[in-house]
Amino acid sequence: MKIIDKEYSVIYDQATNTVYWSGIMRLNGGQAYEPILQLLNKIAALEPAKITMNLRDLKALNSSGISMLGRFIFSIDRKKNIQLLLLGAKAVPWQQKWAKNFQRLMPALQFEWV
Amino acid sequence: MKQIFGEYAEETVKSKEFLKIGFTPNSTQLQQRWRNNGLSADFLADYLTTFFPIDDNEPSTLQRATELKGAVSYIANELLENSMKFHNPNDDYPITLEVKLYNEHLVLCVTNSISPANLLKFQSIIHDLEHIEPQELYVRQIKQASKNDGNSSGLGLLTIIDDYEAKIGWKFETIQTQKPTEQTLVTTMVQLSI
Repeated sequence: MKIIDKEYSVIYDQATNTVYWSGIMRLNGGQAYEPILQLLNKIAALEPAKITMNLRDLKALNSSGISMLGRFIFSIDRKKNIQLLLLGAKAVPWQQKWAKNFQRLMPALQFEWV
Repeated sequence: MKQIFGEYAEETVKSKEFLKIGFTPNSTQLQQRWRNNGLSADFLADYLTTFFPIDDNEPSTLQRATELKGAVSYIANELLENSMKFHNPNDDYPITLEVKLYNEHLVLCVTNSISPANLLKFQSIIHDLEHIEPQELYVRQIKQASKNDGNSSGLGLLTIIDDYEAKIGWKFETIQTQKPTEQTLVTTMVQLSI
């Protein structure tokens, strides 16, 4: 499962249950993010024990994208049976800014920074 | 008529370094003009790096420049996206984005026209931003978006305040025009410490 655009990509590696994000995502509002949210929901429907989201190459995300990721994290928190790990990069300063907000939506959310 | 909300400061000392971009959103197709938001925001952020030189012997200068570039790019893009959502589609009043540099802070301003229906919606967002704790409002916005086809009004402005510790304010003013007879303009001002 993957979504590849000129400016960004979201690719799911089923062998490692990892979603790789890269590029710059500034789509026009919540509806434009629906295909990406549907992809994430399909992965969650497989009910893996753990999903890893590698955000390290995602250079920019607008607030509609933050909202979409937040909605997904909140939905995983409600399921209670899937662990979620976010991989972030300190070199992309705003990723740490998102981290604290995402933690509010899912207290058990895990992070790993490089 | 003029109304001020939040921390809006009229310019008392003239900025010596500034850049202003203007465009009329109705003149290009939606997808093209949406892309223009990110391009303009990144251009402003890149332009400002001239004023924050990096010293290879001083790693903190690189970190500061990277953080500032990221902050300006994010904030300018959010301000432009908001102006696109709220501008009055029935007029051809240009949207302007301006960055002004001062000794200890920089200011980003976006001005756009606003229709009467959007005016009420926008002022209700401002009311929430001024009266609800950011953490509570953030969680509320995400939960609301889950029920509401992903639309979460005001999250961009909230992240500007909460994540970038910026001051934000608004000026609404009514001006006389030929068609229609009057038009409301809103300027959103963000002040960021440097």
